Amino acid sequence: MIDIQDLRVSFGDGGDAVTAVDGITLSVREGESFGLVGESGSGKSTVLRAVSGLNDDWTGRIAVAGADQGPKRQKAFYKLCQMVFQDPYGSLHPRHTVDRILAEPIAIHGLDDADARIDRVLRDVGLGPAFRFRYPHQLSGGQRQRVAIARALVLEPRVLLLDEPTSALDVSVQAEILNLLRRLRAEHGLTLVLVTHNLAVVANLCDRLAVMNRGRLVEEMTVEELRRGAAREPYTLQLLRASLGYDRATAESFRDYA
Amino acid sequence: MTARTDTQSAGWREWLTTDTPQSRAQARLGRAWAGWTAFRRNRLAVAGLLIVLALVVVAALAPVLAPHHPYAQDLNNRLMPPSAVHWLGTDAFGRDILSRLIHGARLTLMIVTLVAATAPLAGLVIGTVAGYFGGWVDTVLMRITDIALAFPKLILALAFVAALGPGIENAVIAIAITSWPPYARIARAETLTVRRADFISAARLQGASSLRIILGHIMPLCVASLIVRTTLDMAGVILTAAGLGFLGLGAQPPLPEWGAMIASGRQYVLEQWWVAAMPGLAIFIVSLGFNLLGDGLRDVLDPKGD
Amino acid sequence: MTDKTPLLEVSNLRVAFPTRTGMAEAVRGVSFTLGREKLGIVGESGSGKSMTGRSILRLVPPPGRVTADRLAFNGEDLLAASPRRMRDIRGRRIAMVMQDPKYSLNPVMTVGRQIAEAYRVHSKAGAAEAKRRALEMLAAVRIRDPERVYDRYPHEVSGGMGQRIMIAMMLIPDPDLLIADEPTSALDVTVQMQVLAILDDLCSQRGMGMIFVSHDLNLVASFCDRILIMYAGRVVESCRASELHAARHPYTRGLLASLPKIDEPPGDLPVLSRDPAWLEG
Repeated sequence: MIDIQDLRVSFGDGGDAVTAVDGITLSVREGESFGLVGESGSGKSTVLRAVSGLNDDWTGRIAVAGADQGPKRQKAFYKLCQMVFQDPYGSLHPRHTVDRILAEPIAIHGLDDADARIDRVLRDVGLGPAFRFRYPHQLSGGQRQRVAIARALVLEPRVLLLDEPTSALDVSVQAEILNLLRRLRAEHGLTLVLVTHNLAVVANLCDRLAVMNRGRLVEEMTVEELRRGAAREPYTLQLLRASLGYDRATAESFRDYA
Repeated sequence: MTARTDTQSAGWREWLTTDTPQSRAQARLGRAWAGWTAFRRNRLAVAGLLIVLALVVVAALAPVLAPHHPYAQDLNNRLMPPSAVHWLGTDAFGRDILSRLIHGARLTLMIVTLVAATAPLAGLVIGTVAGYFGGWVDTVLMRITDIALAFPKLILALAFVAALGPGIENAVIAIAITSWPPYARIARAETLTVRRADFISAARLQGASSLRIILGHIMPLCVASLIVRTTLDMAGVILTAAGLGFLGLGAQPPLPEWGAMIASGRQYVLEQWWVAAMPGLAIFIVSLGFNLLGDGLRDVLDPKGD
Repeated sequence: MTDKTPLLEVSNLRVAFPTRTGMAEAVRGVSFTLGREKLGIVGESGSGKSMTGRSILRLVPPPGRVTADRLAFNGEDLLAASPRRMRDIRGRRIAMVMQDPKYSLNPVMTVGRQIAEAYRVHSKAGAAEAKRRALEMLAAVRIRDPERVYDRYPHEVSGGMGQRIMIAMMLIPDPDLLIADEPTSALDVTVQMQVLAILDDLCSQRGMGMIFVSHDLNLVASFCDRILIMYAGRVVESCRASELHAARHPYTRGLLASLPKIDEPPGDLPVLSRDPAWLEG
């Protein structure tokens, strides 16, 4: 479904250029839920933004649903591939009602029957029609994230890119959103790409994952392998140990991997 | 009867403040109501609003309210102090100052409306376009803005009026042309703070065009600070118009423009103080009204206060 | 000030904010005592955990009001202390580390000078002595090249290093109690562990007490000695950190269950259903 070959992204130019993604090759199968894991600065979000079309300054090859994508995307691409952002407080326009937020993509793509679509997608994400005319400031963090997911789903895409969708939420709300994403994936046959620093979230939602560090791919593995702790690379093992909680001796053993 | 209106108004209030509006209109009205409730708590702002509303009413009903014709000369009653017949006295031609002030309100309101309808709008378009696109578009538009900003406002207005000829319309054009750059700056600054926001990225990912993003997403966020700034600037606009009138480059006699009235009262300012002081007072009150209103609006509209 | 006096006594602490519809209580009767130990306060957003930490230093923003039957540090009543006395206590006796170092460091002063200043304010030491202590402190939070970092500005250091610098600055006056409000939430997990190790060592070496405010149950359970679980402004459960898995309150159990775990097969997570009775519990 998604095929990335030798993707490189750098910011700035000349001597100040910083290479954020340094030659990544990976592919995500149709219907798969794929996790992209790494610490800050690993380039995981940059990969996602390049795939989504938000970042147009990259080299390499990105193909989505069999079609090669250039830096600028056609309108039809956005019907195929949508994204959910990390911060539910920043991703909804503060002066637009839920109704307006959901109606906009429908209007852009000239789809019919806006009312029915909005009602359906609001039910789909577990918000009733009662939420339709609220402003974002009248919603909780979890409700906002549901609206953001609804906005991504209203165009009925086949690929959903998720950039840390639960890391700004409380754990009890995180559980609700993860359950929602699992249900939506099953019902709509979505392909998911989840970017996160949280291995437990990947273990819960994904089938396969890739670990990134400093712009490079460290290793790819299945979630089954992750669960068994069967990582090959020391960097992945260190991430695994760190996510198990604090331990004085473990903390001492950490080192930087370049 | 009163009990019933009470429950009725309580019902309305509930309808307006509900967390679950049933329609677009209700959501919008509810938001407006919340803004009004916040605005109402600021007494000075309400006073400002009342002054501005009074200006509008006086301007609309000028022929009815004015006790005399603004141009009616009575050379036997020149420079009369305030009295029962002429509440605010008369000027050098024996014209009733109160009536001239009342008719002058129309000119003031016209100047204010025309400037408010043009300069901030031009600034909004230029600022948001420059801020959203960045790059060379930003550079070109902002250098033009800088150049326009570098001229002293009144001097540039003087030059325009000198070129176009004196008159109130040309004064308005001159003021509008000299006052858009600060609005463009504000709009650009606001745009820069939101253009990297996730909700703008989200709109781009839905395939929204730049025009749609600027009009539907960015402008609504800039409008609030522009309205505030415009309201606060109105006092300055009135003063600039009065200044041009005072210098003889704005409204021409016998138009009852407040600045021109001060100018004509200047020679008698020591003996017949009311001739200049009354229009001065009118300018002062209206400017104060706009300033108070602007301060109140800032508290209500400032998106950072959310 | 004998060993019998607890470091901190808090009894029936309340923090209230006036709203249009009356007083809203963010903290509703929290009581605990703290010795020279690491106490974790855990809760979701809005549980009042941060307010509890701030109210000890009387850093609740106005118009918030703090009341307590007793709020004593080393036996001294903090609520009765003069503003001048509070300033003295803050920093020198009780230090606080917040989540984001970016907002707590002065952007136009080198980090080294900021640490040295923090030392001089409380110790009346000379400039050379302060610099020496600041460099020592930077080394103590395991910054590899203290001399070089000393002359950097806050924007020139990474998030993890910024947080270490904050900790160095807070700990240089040698406080008895450290209040850490989500000190590592903005950091990567590995950096987070390293920062916690520094805090851990400083606590055990200096015999410092610590209140660790966090939303992360696992982290608190593995790092602290004792845990308070807060919900809607109240402490619903307190237990030894090692016994968290045996927690009894349905809220604590619900929170624990809703955490995804690496070694569990994928599947729906149990969702917390909130019982109104917890508000009173």
